[in-house]
Amino acid sequence: MMPFAFQRATALADAFAAAANRGRYVAGGTTLVDLMREGVETPERLVDINALPLHEIRLRPDHLEIGALARMAQVAANADVMRLYPAISQALLLSASAQLRNMASMGGNLLQRTRCPYFRDVTSACNKREPGSGCPARDGVNRLHAILGTSEHCVATHASDVAVALVALDASVRIASPEGERRIPLEQFYRVPGDTPHIEHVLRPGELIVAIEVPAGPHTEQSTYVKVRDRQSYEFAVTSAAVALAVDDGRILDARVAAGGVATVPWRMRHVEAALIGQPLSASTFRAAARLSVEGAVPLTFNAFKIELLPRTLVRALETLETLAVPAL
Amino acid sequence: MDSATTSQVQLTVNGKPVTLELDTRTSLLDMLREHLGLTGTKKGCNQGACGACTVLVNNRSVNACLTLAAMCQGASVTTIEGISENGRLHPLQEAFIRHDAMQCGYCTPGQIMSGIACIQAGETYSAHAVREFMSGNLCRCGAYQNIVAAVLEVAEQAGGRR
Ligand SMILES: Cc1cc2nc3c(=O)[nH]c(=O)nc-3n(C[C@H](O)[C@H](O)[C@H](O)COP(=O)(O)OP(=O)(O)OC[C@H]3O[C@@H](n4cnc5c(N)ncnc54)[C@H](O)[C@@H]3O)c2cc1C
Ligand code: FES
Ligand code: FES
Repeated sequence: MMPFAFQRATALADAFAAAANRGRYVAGGTTLVDLMREGVETPERLVDINALPLHEIRLRPDHLEIGALARMAQVAANADVMRLYPAISQALLLSASAQLRNMASMGGNLLQRTRCPYFRDVTSACNKREPGSGCPARDGVNRLHAILGTSEHCVATHASDVAVALVALDASVRIASPEGERRIPLEQFYRVPGDTPHIEHVLRPGELIVAIEVPAGPHTEQSTYVKVRDRQSYEFAVTSAAVALAVDDGRILDARVAAGGVATVPWRMRHVEAALIGQPLSASTFRAAARLSVEGAVPLTFNAFKIELLPRTLVRALETLETLAVPAL
Repeated sequence: MDSATTSQVQLTVNGKPVTLELDTRTSLLDMLREHLGLTGTKKGCNQGACGACTVLVNNRSVNACLTLAAMCQGASVTTIEGISENGRLHPLQEAFIRHDAMQCGYCTPGQIMSGIACIQAGETYSAHAVREFMSGNLCRCGAYQNIVAAVLEVAEQAGGRR
């Protein structure tokens, strides 16, 4: 690890000042410390932001507000989140381990880096880590790589589970800087690699995520997250699906669908939603809509199986909600 | 602005106050092992992927390998060396011995710290719940059956089984 200076910020102004002085924010450190040890990240100064008052989870009249420093474990176990936004709680509980969920913050989670082994290995080429050096994953070990949103320069997946649930539920991030605050829909926060895979999001240097906001709606209570993994726990997604439905009398009034493990950014699927809305709640509706999820997918040598697995993952998630939609007798 | 690459940290380890001046790169794990001689906490992967380094910080289980010591200012840390009382093993340590919940023993301190967190969290209503809560602790010898049995037994004794 490269030597670095360390300081604790106790007010937003401290944090901004330190960031302006080549500082890098650290919250849980579970991404940053790991990648610093690998030599992938080399900040000169770390700014510990944990003393900032951004830890609260609040239920507002028309949205849920999650402080950027709220821990994954804390959000997953929050009674309002569990009741009104089950997909968020489930996506978190299916992430990482109990220890990591105690450490990791929600803001840091959104900014975690890809688990692509070529990205993590500084002796290997990687356009994300070293622009222009090449992408060995394209013709290498790419079973876990993306089939959607890829470019010839990068095929790495975005690894966050909860970001998939948040993108499905129309979440926004609130971002602060010395100039004030701005709010961006999470879906627009992430950037597909294109020919600049090293640029992953729209956060400007020194900007701080202060909160995540998730709007209320009739669909959020009927939401779920399904994750398919190579082992049952403590593993990243091979494929995953976040879905939410508003249903009345057996008909789908509204739908939200996003997928993980398959795309370079958390992948919202509005065309799948459109194919669900107005249709009867039925297996054939689910299957027809889920088929559309892989339209335009570009498989690599070892991950073509995801073209079959992704629609099945979506159908599984939709079926889970269908069971919930049957009124208890 | 201060650009020193050392940092002072004051914290409590197993109930004792500690003040250290450390290279900012020092992890909580290296601080415990190299600076305080508390080698019970193990280094497996040093990447958050195995749980051998599990300790309690402010009573919550964490991976000491991904925790910077400098970020533990004011914290209270409990390691495997801090759980026995008056020379008596912690009930979970005794249960591990009774159930033969180890082979090489390398993962054991981390398993026990995680097991204590599991019992405290009340995630002991089934073997599956224990396995899920403790999935962040790998055991390369595959002693899982006996580890889960030990945790369930202590939870039951403590009335923590729901
Ligand atoms: C073994 C292992 C398994 C894992 N499994 C999963 C999994 O299954 N699913 C999953 O979703 N994740 C998984 N993770 C990733 C984990 O969830 C992330 O590492 C974690 O959420 C990052 O949060 P943090 O607070 O520790 O971030 P940090 O490491 O502190 O920060 C990450 C990045 O975000 C920046 N940052 C942090 N907070 C802010 C802020 N408020 N504003 C601006 N910038 C900020 C930092 O500068 C840094 O660049 C796993 C990680 C490990 C090590
Ligand atoms: S040594 Fe910390 S998780 Fe493996
Ligand atoms: S007893 Fe050997 S690794 Fe668990």
